[in-house]
Amino acid sequence: MNRAVIDLWVGFFVALGLAALLFLALKVGNLSSTDVGQTYNLQAHFDNIGGLKVRAPVKSAGVVVGRVGEIRFDPETYTAKVAMQIDTRYQFPRDTFATINTSGLLGEQYVGFEVGGDPDMLKSGEVIKKTQSAMVLEKLISQFMFSKAAEDEVKK
Amino acid sequence: MTDRIWRLGFASRFMLMTLLYSGTALKRFQLTMREIYFTGVLSLIIILVSGLFVGMVLGLQGYDTLQRYGSSEALGILVALSLVRELGPVVAALLFASRAGSAITAEIGLMKATEQLSAMEMMAVNPIARVVAPRFWAGVISMPLLAALFSAMGVLGGYVVGVQLIGVDEGSFWSQMQAAVDFRQDILNGVIKSFVFGVIVSWIAVFEGYDADPTAEGVSRATTRTVVTSSLAILAADFVLTAFMFRGI
Repeated sequence: MNRAVIDLWVGFFVALGLAALLFLALKVGNLSSTDVGQTYNLQAHFDNIGGLKVRAPVKSAGVVVGRVGEIRFDPETYTAKVAMQIDTRYQFPRDTFATINTSGLLGEQYVGFEVGGDPDMLKSGEVIKKTQSAMVLEKLISQFMFSKAAEDEVKK
Repeated sequence: MTDRIWRLGFASRFMLMTLLYSGTALKRFQLTMREIYFTGVLSLIIILVSGLFVGMVLGLQGYDTLQRYGSSEALGILVALSLVRELGPVVAALLFASRAGSAITAEIGLMKATEQLSAMEMMAVNPIARVVAPRFWAGVISMPLLAALFSAMGVLGGYVVGVQLIGVDEGSFWSQMQAAVDFRQDILNGVIKSFVFGVIVSWIAVFEGYDADPTAEGVSRATTRTVVTSSLAILAADFVLTAFMFRGI
C-alpha cells in the first residue's frame, strides 16, 4: 500500500486512541472537577473522625468547597488533627462549625461547614475552634439503650 | 522441563536483543508505522465492535442486578469502573493477541521457513532490527490506544442501553460515574495495565515466530502457542497487576 495512505491511517488511529483517552479522562473520570485551583489551609481538631479519609470532600451547604489534605493524630491533645485545603474563592467566618457527616446511611464521610455570623473571616493556617465528631453508630445505640434502661428503672 | 527453561532463557535473551536493536525501528520510524497500520489500524473494527457489545451487555446485566437494590443510578459507576479497570485492558489484549499476535507469529515464522531471515543476514541486515523490533514496538504502541478505545466504546454502549433503552436518568448516570472514577487511580492504572499487556503479547508473538520450526507444521504450532501462551500470560499478569494497584486503600 502507498506510504502516504498508511501514514494517514496510522495518524487517524493514534488520534482516535488519544481522543478515547481524553473522553475517559474528562467525561468518565473526574479529571475535570478534582482540582479546585488555588487553595488555602484550614485546620480542625476532632475527638473522633470515624471513617474520614484523605481527599474526602469538604462541603458547605452541600457544595464541595475543598478537600481534606492531611489527617494526623495529635499526641498532645489526643485528638485527630485534620488539615483541609479550601478553595480561595470561598471565605468562612471565624465561628464556622466543622462537623463530620455521612452522605446517606452507608455513604462516604465528609467534613461539613456550618457557617456562623462572625464578621471576621478565617485566614490561611487558622484552626476552626468549634467541631463535632463523627457519629459512631455503636455509641449511639449504647446511649439509647442505657437511657432506655434508666427510664425503666425510674418507672419501677 | 529443562526444555521449557531453556526456551524461557532464550526468550529473555531475545527480548534483550530486541530492545538493544530497537534503534533502527525508532530511527526509521516508517518501518514501525507500517506495522502499526497492520496491527493497530486493522484491529480497530474488532476492538470497537466488541467494546460496544461488551458495554451493552454490562448495561443490561448491571441494571438487572442493581435495580433489585433500588440503585439503578449506579449503573454508570458499574459500567465505567469494570471497563476502565479490568475489561478494557484485558479483553482488548485477548482480542489483540488473537487478531494481531497470531498474524505477527505467522508472518515471522513463514519468513523463517522461506529463509528470508537467513537471506537478510547474508545481506548483513540484522533481522531482529529490521523485522522483529518494528513489530514489537508497533504492538506496544497500539495496545494502550486500542484498550482506551475499547473502554470508551464500552461506556458508550452502556450509555445507549442504560439511558436510551432502559431509561436510567442521564444526569445521575454521568455524574455518579464521574464522582466514582478517579483519573490516577482508575484510568491511568488501566493504561499501565494495557501497556504491560502490549509488551507481553508483542514479545510472545515475535518470539514464537522467530523460534518456530521452519516448516508448515511448525509455523501453525507456533501460531497456536502464541494465542494460548499470551492469553494465559495476560490473565496471570492481570492478577498480579491488580493485586498491586487496587488493594482497597
